[in-house]
Amino acid sequence: MVEEESLRVVRCGGSELNFRRAVFSADSKYIFCVSGDFVKVYSTATEECVHILHGHRNLVTGIQLNPNNHLQLYSCSFDGTIKLWDYVDGILIKTFTVGCKLHALFTVSRPEDSVFVIINKEKPDIFQLVSVKLPKSSSQELEAKELSIVLDYINQSPKCIAFGNEGEYVAAVRDFYLSVYFFKKKTTSRFTLSSSRNKKHSKNNFTCVACHPKEDCIASGHMDGKIRLWRNFNDDKKYTYTCLHWHHDMVMDLAFSVTGNSLLSGGRESVLVEWRDAAEKNKEFLPRLGATIEHISVSPAGDLFCTSHSDNKIIVIQRNLEASAVIQGLVKDRSIFTGLMVDPRTKALVLNGKPGHLQFYSLQSDKQLYNLDIIQQEYINDYGLIQIELTKAAFGCFGNWLATVEQRQEKEAELELQMKLWLFSKKTQGFILNTKINMPHEDHITALCFCNAEKSEQPTLVTASKDGHFKVWILTDDSDIYKKAVGWTCDFVGSYHKYQATNCCFSEDGSLLAVSFEEIVTIWDSATWELRCTFCQRAGKIRHLCFGRLTCSKYLLGATENGILCCWNLLSCALEWSAKLNVRVMEPDPNSENIAAVSQSSVGSDLFIFKPSEPRPLYIQKNISREEVQWGVFVPRDVPESFTSEAYQWLNRSQFYFLTKSQSLLTFSTKSPEEKLTPTSKQLLAEESLPTTPFYFILGKHRQQQGFSPCWKTSRFLNETSKNELVQLPLTENIPAINELLHTPAHVLPPASFLCSMFVNSLLLSRETESAKEIPEDIDMEEEKESDDSDEENDFSEKVQDTNDPDLGEDIIHQLSKAEEKELRKFRKVDYSWMASL
Amino acid sequence: MAAAERGAARPTGDNRTSRRRRRRREHCLRTSGLEPGALPGQSMRARAHVWPGRREAGAARGMGEFKVHRVRFFNYVPSGIRCVAYNNQSNRLAVSRTDGTVEIYNLSANYFQEKFFPGHESRATEALCWAAGQRLFSAGLNGEIIEYDLQALNIKYAVDAFGGPIWSMTTNPSGSQLLVGCEDGSVKLFQITPDKIQFERNFDRQKRSTIHKMIVDRQYMGVSKRKCIVWAVAFLSDGTVISADSAGKVQFWDSATGTLVKSHLITNADVQSIAVADQEDSFVVGTAEGTVFHFQLVPVTSNSNEKQWVRTKPFQHHTHDVRAVAHSPTALISGGTDTHLVIRPLMEKVEVKNYDAALRKITFPHRRLISCSKKRQLLLFQFAHHLELWRLGSTVATGKNGDTLPLSKNADHLLHLKTKGPENIICSSISPCGSWIAYSTASRFFLCRLNYEHDNISLKRVSKMPAFLRSALQILFSEDSTKLFVASNQGSLHVMQLVEGSFKHLHAFQPLSGTVEAMCLLAVSPDGNWLAASGTSAGVHVYNVKQLKLHCTVPAYNFPVTALAIAPSTNNLVIAHSDQQVFEYSIPDKQYTEWSRAVQKQGFHHLWLQRDTPITHISFHPKRPMHILLHDAYMFCIIDKSLPLPSDKTLLYNPLPPMNESDVVRRRTAHAFKISKIYKPLLFLDLLDERTLVAVERPLDDIIAQLPPPIKKKKFGT
Repeated sequence: MVEEESLRVVRCGGSELNFRRAVFSADSKYIFCVSGDFVKVYSTATEECVHILHGHRNLVTGIQLNPNNHLQLYSCSFDGTIKLWDYVDGILIKTFTVGCKLHALFTVSRPEDSVFVIINKEKPDIFQLVSVKLPKSSSQELEAKELSIVLDYINQSPKCIAFGNEGEYVAAVRDFYLSVYFFKKKTTSRFTLSSSRNKKHSKNNFTCVACHPKEDCIASGHMDGKIRLWRNFNDDKKYTYTCLHWHHDMVMDLAFSVTGNSLLSGGRESVLVEWRDAAEKNKEFLPRLGATIEHISVSPAGDLFCTSHSDNKIIVIQRNLEASAVIQGLVKDRSIFTGLMVDPRTKALVLNGKPGHLQFYSLQSDKQLYNLDIIQQEYINDYGLIQIELTKAAFGCFGNWLATVEQRQEKEAELELQMKLWLFSKKTQGFILNTKINMPHEDHITALCFCNAEKSEQPTLVTASKDGHFKVWILTDDSDIYKKAVGWTCDFVGSYHKYQATNCCFSEDGSLLAVSFEEIVTIWDSATWELRCTFCQRAGKIRHLCFGRLTCSKYLLGATENGILCCWNLLSCALEWSAKLNVRVMEPDPNSENIAAVSQSSVGSDLFIFKPSEPRPLYIQKNISREEVQWGVFVPRDVPESFTSEAYQWLNRSQFYFLTKSQSLLTFSTKSPEEKLTPTSKQLLAEESLPTTPFYFILGKHRQQQGFSPCWKTSRFLNETSKNELVQLPLTENIPAINELLHTPAHVLPPASFLCSMFVNSLLLSRETESAKEIPEDIDMEEEKESDDSDEENDFSEKVQDTNDPDLGEDIIHQLSKAEEKELRKFRKVDYSWMASL
Repeated sequence: MAAAERGAARPTGDNRTSRRRRRRREHCLRTSGLEPGALPGQSMRARAHVWPGRREAGAARGMGEFKVHRVRFFNYVPSGIRCVAYNNQSNRLAVSRTDGTVEIYNLSANYFQEKFFPGHESRATEALCWAAGQRLFSAGLNGEIIEYDLQALNIKYAVDAFGGPIWSMTTNPSGSQLLVGCEDGSVKLFQITPDKIQFERNFDRQKRSTIHKMIVDRQYMGVSKRKCIVWAVAFLSDGTVISADSAGKVQFWDSATGTLVKSHLITNADVQSIAVADQEDSFVVGTAEGTVFHFQLVPVTSNSNEKQWVRTKPFQHHTHDVRAVAHSPTALISGGTDTHLVIRPLMEKVEVKNYDAALRKITFPHRRLISCSKKRQLLLFQFAHHLELWRLGSTVATGKNGDTLPLSKNADHLLHLKTKGPENIICSSISPCGSWIAYSTASRFFLCRLNYEHDNISLKRVSKMPAFLRSALQILFSEDSTKLFVASNQGSLHVMQLVEGSFKHLHAFQPLSGTVEAMCLLAVSPDGNWLAASGTSAGVHVYNVKQLKLHCTVPAYNFPVTALAIAPSTNNLVIAHSDQQVFEYSIPDKQYTEWSRAVQKQGFHHLWLQRDTPITHISFHPKRPMHILLHDAYMFCIIDKSLPLPSDKTLLYNPLPPMNESDVVRRRTAHAFKISKIYKPLLFLDLLDERTLVAVERPLDDIIAQLPPPIKKKKFGT
C-alpha cells in the first residue's frame, strides 16, 4: 500500500479507561469512557468496544450525554474543544472551540444551550467553573467564546463538583469547605469543617461530592472515610449534616442512585457500599472488586452501576449488586518488573498486571485476555505494607513453560524468594503450576532465560543471581508409583570469581550460554557446562546481553553501564566493534537479525536498529519519547508487511513496542489509526452497528446521489470505508445486504415499495461502482486521513533519514593485520581473569 | 471500726491519671479556651502526690507552699439519672435519679443546681413532668403522684393513683390535666387544681375498640424471636406518632390511618427515650449504647413545602444507657446510667457565644458532701444512706516541691454511720473540734457526740430533739464548736448552744414575713459573732449572733449564691455566684469593700467568667488576710487581693513567675489569681493549718469502674 509515509510514534492502546467517570447511554446499552485522545463506546452486555470516537487532538477530559438528546454525547478535551457526537454511529456532529484547556465537563438540562467546564486561565493552580454558551448554528465548526464564571478557586477534579436539583445549584468542595452556588439567587454559601490541629479533625478534607437527584441533599466524601449528608444548606445558619462512616480510608467517589434512595460509595477498600435510605445501619456491600474504586457512575435508566478501578478496569454492576461485565484495559497501576514479553502461543503482550498477577494483553484488540495468578495470595490493600512482588518471568519451549520469580524483602537480611515453573496445559488451555522452588538463590535473581533451541532434547532454564552463582535447571522425570510427572531440578551451579551474575543468555541454537559477571562475559558450553572463554571490556557492568540471530549468530552483544555497546565475534573471540551508546533497552527481533537499542540522553530517547554484523545502524529514530524508555519488545506480525523502503524493512516481520516510565505503551506506525484496526475488529465494528444502520448502506447511497447536508456526507464517508472493507475481505463477502435486511425488525423498516427498487439497485450497482471507483476513492481517503488524523502521533517524533551517524562511524575498530590478530588470540586464550580478582 | 484505707489499695497508675487529665483539658478547651500547654499549679508551688492520704511537702518559698493531703478514698458514686424534664417558662431542668433524688438546675444561671429534694428508697421515680406553669410532679413505682414545693424545698403532697406502680406521666398541652399510666393497664386523668390534683376519670385497658393498632416489626437484625418493646412514643400535633423501640428503630406512624410512614434503624441496641422540641421541628432519642441521635424536620427541596424527618447528628457523650432525654430550645439534654447530665448546645440555635454555647457534663452535685475537722484532721463523707469518718494519714518525711511523700501512718476509717429508714441524708457536718456530728434526713435530725479515748471512739446520740427540728437543709458548727446553726426547711434558722453532751436551743431566726424560701447556705464568722445565710434567689441575710437579730441583707443579685464564707479578723463576707462573680461585703460597714468595688469596676477576666462549674467552697488563710481560697470541681484558686487584677490581655492561668529574674519583672507579671488544676475532679479542698491543705478528689474512672458494664461495641481496628 503506502510506503513512503514517515514513521511515527503512536500510542497503541492501553490508555487509561479510569481517568474520568464512565457514562451510560440512556438505555444502558452502551457505556462511554474516555481513553486517551478517544472516547470508547462499549456494549454493556458483551463488553466489546463498539466504537472509538476519535477527533480530539489531546487528552479527552470529560464526557456527558446531551441532556436534550440522549443519542448525543458531549466531550471536552485539553485541546480546547467541546465536541458533540452521535455515538450510535460514531459520527462527530459539531465541534465547539473554546480556546483554553478544558478539565472537566458538566451538562444540565435547564439552560439548554450551555454546558459547564472547568478551566484554569491565569495561574496553573487556580481552577474555575465556567458556563459556556454553545451557539446554535448549522455549521460544524463553531466558536464558543461566551464564558461566564460560576465558581472560582475550585478543585480540578470533576469529582469535586456536582449539580443538584436539575441544575438549581452546584456544589463544589475543596480542602475543608463546601461551597454551594444557587443559580436562581446567584448566591454562594460556604460551609467549613474544622481543620484544627487536633488529631480528630486532621483528615476532614473533602474528597468528592454528589447531589441527591430529587431532594436538597448533598453528600460529601472525606479523607478519613466519612460521608456527610448535608441538608438545609440554603440557610447559612440552620444547615445540618449526618455522618455515615464505614470506609476506613479516603472516600474516592460517591453517587446517588437515580431515584435517590441509595447512595453508593467506594474507596481504597475495593468494596462498593450501597447506603440505603441514607441510613448508617442499612447498607449493602459488593466486596473484592480487586482494586481501588476511582469512580462510580449510575445509568440514567437506573438498572446499572459501574465502577472504574485503579487497575484500569470498569466493572458494570447490576442493581442487585452483582457484577455483570468487566472491561479491562492494560493494567498500569504498579511498576513493571517483568518487562514486556510476548506469549509465543497467543502473541499477547505479557507483563505485570494487578498485584501478584501476570496479564496477557492482546495488542490487536486492545484488551486484556486473561490474568494469571502467580502469587496466589489474597492481596491486602494497605498503605506501607511490603508486598510479595512478581519480579521476573520468562517463556520457554514455544510457550510450553513459564518461569516466574517472586520476592519480598522486608529487611536487608530477610529475603523471601520463590521460583515457580508453570506448564501449559492443552486441556485447560492455561498454565498449571508444575514446580515451586523456595529460595532458588541466596540473593536477588537478576536474569532468567530458557534455552529455546529447536533441537534441544531437554528444557533448560538458567537463572543468574546476585549471590554470584548462575544455576541451570532441567526438567527431569519426577514420577512415582502413583503418577507420572515431571519436575524441575538444579543441574549445574556455575560461578566466576565471586562476581555477581548480572545477565544470562542462550545462543539461538542453544549450544552456548553467555553469563555476564559484572564487567566480564563468560561463555559456557551448554552440553558440558564448561567455561569456554571470557570477554572483558572494562567498560562498566554489563547491563544487557544478547546473541545475534540467524546469519549473525556468531556475534554476542553486550551493553554496559558506562554507555558502551560492544559486539564480540564468537568465532574469533575478538571484539568486532564497539560504539558509544547509553543503551537502556536492547531487544533482538526473533524473526530477523535486527536488534533494537534504545538509548537515553538528557533530551529524550533515541531508537537505533542495527545488525550485529554491521556497525552502522539500519535505522535511527531520534526522540521517540521525552521520557525514559523502560522496556521494549518485538512482536511478530500476523501478516508480514512489505515495506520496500530500506529504512523500514525492519518493520516488515515484527513490530516494536516500548513502554515509557509513565507507562504509556507506544509503537511505530506509518499508517493512520483507522487502518491499524485489524480486519477482525473491523468486521466486528460493522456487525455491531448493523442493527441501527442497515439502511445506511441503502439510504446513505441514495442520499449521496442526491447530495445532502455535510452531516450526511460524513456518514457516507464512513459507510463507504466500511463497505469497502466488506467487499475486500473474503470473510465478509458472504454476507450480502439481504441478510442485514432480514435481520432487521420489521417495524423499523420503511415501506417495502420504497425499499425494493433501491435495494435492488444497490445490489446491482455495487460491483460495478466498487470495481470502478475503488482505486481513486482509496487515494482520496488516504489523503483526507493524513490531513486530519495526525492526532495519534506524538508531535515531537522526527525522522532522521541519514543513516550515517558520525557517532557510530568513529568507533569502528581498525582492521588488524593477520599477525597481530594471531598475537591477540593467544592473549585471549590465556585467562587473565585472576587479575581482576586481585 | 471498719477496715481502713479502702482507697489506698486502688491502683493509680500514671497512664490513668494522664488520660484523665487530658480529657479534662479538652473539656476546658471547649468551654473556656484555656491554653492546654500551661502547667497547672506552678504558681502555687504546691505540687501534689498521687497516693491517697499521703502527704507531700513543698519547698518553703514564696506565698503558697503547702503540704497536700490528696484524698482519693471518698468512694462516692452518684446514682444514675432516670428522668429529665425541661420547663420552658422558667428555663429550669428537673432531673430525677434512680435513688429518688430530684434536682432542679437553673439553665439561665449557668446551669447551677439550685435545688434538690432528697431521695427515698421506696420512691423510685419513673416519670417527671412540669405542669400548670412551674409546678413539678413526679410519679413512681410506689403508685403515688408527688408534687414538690419548690420554695420550701419539701414534698407538698403525695396522692395515690390506685393503679399500682406508675410507669409514665404526662400533661395536656395547656398543663391543666395530668395523665398517668399505671401497672394495671389503666390510664388515669387528674385535674390540676391550684393547690392539689383531683382525680377525674379512668381509661381502662382497651379490649376491642382500639382505633388503630400499630404493630411494630419484630424483625431485628435476623433475630426474630426477641420481643420488641416500644420504650417511648411521641405524638406530634400533625398526627404523626414517633415510636422508639428495643430493636433499635425509630418509626414514624400516621395516627389517622395507623400505618408506618418511615422507619429508621439507628442502633443495634434499644432506643430508650425520646423528646420533641416545642416547635416540633426536631427531636432527640437516647439509646442503650450511650449515643444520642438528633432528628430534624428539613424541607425536601428548597422550593417546596414538603418536609421530611432526617437523622442528623449522633452524639456520644455517654458510656451507658441514656435513660432520659430533653430538648430545650437551644440544647439537647441527656442523662443516664453513667450518672452524667450532658447538655449539648445546638450551635445553630445559639446566637452569641456565652454559657449556652458550651457542652456541659455535670456529674457531681453542686454542694458540699464533705466536712472537715481541722483540729483532729478528720473528714466526714456524706453518702446517700451513711456517713463515713476518716482520720487523715501523716508523714514525717520532707521533700522537695513536687515530691510524693511516704506515709508514716495510713489514713484510718474511724466510723461508718448508717441511717435508719429509707430516706436519704440531706446534709451533714462535723464540728471543728471533731467531737460533734450532726446530720439530717427529710424527717429527722440527728446530733451525735464523739468521744475519743486513744484509738477508740465512742458515739453517743443526743436524743430529745425538739419537735420543730425535724429536718435541716444545712448544718453548721461555729469555729469554737460551741454553737450549732441549723437551716430548717421552713425557712427558719435555729441557733443552738452545745454544752458537754447536750444542747440548748437559743433562738430561731424566723423568715421575713411573706417569704417561705428555704435557706441553703450558711456561713459563720470565726469569732462567732456573725451568721450569713442565703436562699436560692433572695439576697444574703447577715445575723448578729450575739444580739440574735438580723444585722443586714446583702443586696440581691441575679444569679444564685454558690458559696459563702466570712473572713477572720475583718469579718468580710465573700460571696460567690453561679456566674463566677465574687463579691466581698464588709459586715461591720454594711457595704461592699473597696476591693470588691474595684473588681466590679474592672471586671473579671473573660476566661474566669467562662468557667462552667460553680465555686463550691471558700476559705481563708489564717495568717494571710489578703488571700481568699476557693475551688470548683476542676480548679483551685487563691485570690491575692494585694496584687493587681488580670486584664483580659494577660494570661489568666499560670503566668509563670520567672525564678531567676528580678522581683520587678515578677511583680509586673504576677496578678491576683493563682490557679491550680492539678486536682480534679475536686470535691473538697480546705486548709488544715497554715501549711497543710486537704484535697478530696473523685476520679471519674473510679466511678465508671463501679457502674455496671456498658454494652460491648466492636471498635474498628481492635
